[in-house]
Amino acid sequence: MSEITSEMQSATEGFVGGKWQTEINVRDFIQKNYTLYEGDASFLAGPTEATKKLWEMCCELTKKEREKGGVLDMDTKVVSSIVSHGAGYLDKNLETIVGFQTDAPFKRSLQPFGGIRMAETSCKSYGYEVDPEISEIFTKYRKTHNQGVFDVYTPEMKAARHSGIITGLPDAYGRGRIIGDYRRVALYGIDRLIQDKQEQFKSLEGEMTPERIQLREEIAEQIRALKEMIELGKIYGFDISKPARTAKEAIQWLYFGYLSAVKEQNGAAMSLGRTSTFLDIYIERDLKKGLITEEQAQEMIDHFIMKLRLVKFARTPEYNELFSGDPTWVTESIGGVGVDGRPLVTKNSFRYLRTLENLGTAPEPNLTVLWSKRLPHAFKEYCAHISIKTSSIQYENDDMMRVTHGDDYAIACCVSSMVVGKEMQFFGARANLAKCMLYAINGGIDEKSKEQIGPKYRPITSEYLDYDEVMDRYETMMEWLAGLYVNTLNIIHYMHDKYCYERSQMALHDRDVKRYFATGIAGLSVVADSLSAIKYAKVKTIRDENGVVVDYEVEGDFPKYGNNDDRVDQIAVEIVKKFMGMIRKHFTYRNSIPTMSILTITSNVVYGKKTGNTPDGRKAGIPLAPGANPMHGRDTHGAVASLASVAKLPFNDAQDGISNTFSIIPNALGKDEVFMGDLDIQLDCGCCEGTCK
Amino acid sequence: MSEILGNIHSIESCGTVDGPGIRFVVFVQGCPLRCKYCHNPDTWDKKTNQLMSVDEIMTQYDGVKEFCHGGITVTGGEPLCQMEFVTALFKKAQEKGIHTALDTSGLLFNPNDTSKIDELLKYTSLVLLDIKHIDDEEHKKLTKHSNRTILAFAKYLSDIKKPMWVRHVVVPGITFDKAYLARLGQFMATLHNIAALDVLPYHDMAIPKYRNLGIPYPLEGVPPLSKEQALEAKSTILAAYKQAREEMETHSS
Repeated sequence: MSEITSEMQSATEGFVGGKWQTEINVRDFIQKNYTLYEGDASFLAGPTEATKKLWEMCCELTKKEREKGGVLDMDTKVVSSIVSHGAGYLDKNLETIVGFQTDAPFKRSLQPFGGIRMAETSCKSYGYEVDPEISEIFTKYRKTHNQGVFDVYTPEMKAARHSGIITGLPDAYGRGRIIGDYRRVALYGIDRLIQDKQEQFKSLEGEMTPERIQLREEIAEQIRALKEMIELGKIYGFDISKPARTAKEAIQWLYFGYLSAVKEQNGAAMSLGRTSTFLDIYIERDLKKGLITEEQAQEMIDHFIMKLRLVKFARTPEYNELFSGDPTWVTESIGGVGVDGRPLVTKNSFRYLRTLENLGTAPEPNLTVLWSKRLPHAFKEYCAHISIKTSSIQYENDDMMRVTHGDDYAIACCVSSMVVGKEMQFFGARANLAKCMLYAINGGIDEKSKEQIGPKYRPITSEYLDYDEVMDRYETMMEWLAGLYVNTLNIIHYMHDKYCYERSQMALHDRDVKRYFATGIAGLSVVADSLSAIKYAKVKTIRDENGVVVDYEVEGDFPKYGNNDDRVDQIAVEIVKKFMGMIRKHFTYRNSIPTMSILTITSNVVYGKKTGNTPDGRKAGIPLAPGANPMHGRDTHGAVASLASVAKLPFNDAQDGISNTFSIIPNALGKDEVFMGDLDIQLDCGCCEGTCK
Repeated sequence: MSEILGNIHSIESCGTVDGPGIRFVVFVQGCPLRCKYCHNPDTWDKKTNQLMSVDEIMTQYDGVKEFCHGGITVTGGEPLCQMEFVTALFKKAQEKGIHTALDTSGLLFNPNDTSKIDELLKYTSLVLLDIKHIDDEEHKKLTKHSNRTILAFAKYLSDIKKPMWVRHVVVPGITFDKAYLARLGQFMATLHNIAALDVLPYHDMAIPKYRNLGIPYPLEGVPPLSKEQALEAKSTILAAYKQAREEMETHSS
């Protein structure tokens, strides 16, 4: 028996065996070993003294960071890598889970591979300066992703990017939206993963096509990254070459996998995956053995989550403006139901949510519940409780996504679903369909700059807009936009692979991953309402001295998206189907599968600024609605009707996700026990049954 | 027969405070009362707002019925101003097995001729009866009407064993008064159809609506009722209710 096998056997003693022992297969391990928990939240423990102290330190540092203008410290000399920094601690004696991106908490790392200019600007805007030598290296001798992209962009691409009809492109920083299967580090130990990668490398001999050469080079890089991960463990005094033996080790090993990723990549979304039920298996084993108590289990999870809350990147003020803050999208997917019908809810699903009470509310990590009708009732109740208390849970439809991805997928960023370790995506920002409609009306002339950005198609010259004519021109303009958009993304992802490859994250993937080519659209509700206005009311154009339409007058009322009214909702559905169809016509890099999202959580504000007056009566500069939301204030039939409109959008044509941002004051969700007296009144007539459920 | 149309103010597809469960709530236009604390002054006027048929409303309901498991509530405005329409709507709803709730002040109840309201109640699963004030004089000050028919309606509903929630808005300086609250509890004790007591703490979120309508706000300066005060009000009512019940039992045995 090899050393790796015997290490594995002793580390996983007590676990039910299966395919996971002979191949890298975390899902099989979970399915064979997790303990479904259908009870309530009463078992949960509060924060320990150590947790409280550590979190106080974090709050203190956050305060200092804010006082210093948003950044506490930045590394300007050391290029960040898995092993670039020594160990960093908040308080070594109190932390049960350790590790920071640099040698100190709140010190942001220097990541120039996406683009040196972005790194320089972000430093400069906070009063720091990148070491001139590093600037020189990454300008003269080491090309970055950003430079690669701009070497190749066409003038049309640059113009479209500048005008904002295509926007948010990951061409100057890490693309993100890739989730390494960090659980593998815990279950297998790095040595076993290296062994697997070496076998993959060997399997790629023979005919050297460009594709195979690329993959071989990538796997070589992955192996190098895995070896560095072992070094990272050593820096903190752990040997992660071997599998984790305890719950504490499992959390720590998994976190080292994730930490490697955020030390190397500053992607727009650096999501964690689906880890809670996996880790529960280790915690259950330790609890049964009497090695730990519930308090200790919760403490480890609290400390782990605390670490995830402290993931930070150096960003520019413009970046922060686009995303309304400094998000990292450390998304963790919780719950869901297995393909065999068993909910994937464990006690650890509760513990993760509990952190929002123990540490207080926070936007990161982005705790996302994969919601199914079949989740245990007590878990649903706890989710509702935490939602009402903290407004910090994101919900996604597991019943819908399970059909496509099975039961071991996770969410990257806010809605992008992918099977952990088996699927990844090329993040593609979004095309502004509202602006595209204005281009259709004006024959490619930008309504703000008055420059010819789109192709010089025939503009609409009539005073009143005609639905069929606008639709016809709009489709032609969308065809142009789809082509330009896909090809821009092809360049970006080619260069990202070449100059800023995610070796540590991809080391925690299978050899042959399924790649999604994730496009996105913005402004859907503006488009639907505009077309509805043109169809059901009268829309008059107002032109400037050169005949460019700069404003619209709407005469009469029209159905508005968000009221469960098919007359307009079906327009939105049609636009989604059409644009996705146009995207599909084009070649996509590395045989990736094109998908589309209708998603913007915050960037819709900036997109609105870049979009002129629209035919629905929206004024220039007013934010577009987020994601697939109806325009603010136009959904007048209550939440359910509003959501019903959104729910009509076809998932098949928007597989990368449809988001709806929904705010409601808790009181509007119904009354708590305080105001419902029926619990106290002894009913004395037999007629009232069934009036209350 | 010409189709009966309802004069509708608006429709809320996610009603969570007007009856049990998540409900499809129809707000009708027009109300004879002018309660000082009313938070829907925009529904007072009997002018025609939006005419809708029973079928149109049921079609809208069908579009969201998967979420509105609670059923349909008609409120307003005063639903009894459009009794025939509400009857037709509830009849259609109950044919489909949908729970129906009537949120009313009961002011338009006519004890001498109950034929029309009997027809409506036949298709009503639950009545949400708003008792504005238990004291007749105070009721007149608050709403410009006597509460006699309202209390008679409550009795009538009890007699025919129609399930009912009592809803009571508690306003500082008006109904937030131990003696009045106790009297309400005592009155409730005489009824035999109460399924729940719904204590509604007064809030002033309707002020912008009044401003938009150009109507002076009648309760200017009255503070919203706190959660603690609402709890206090609830327990006062229930204590009086229980005590009265116990006394009644002693007498009868």
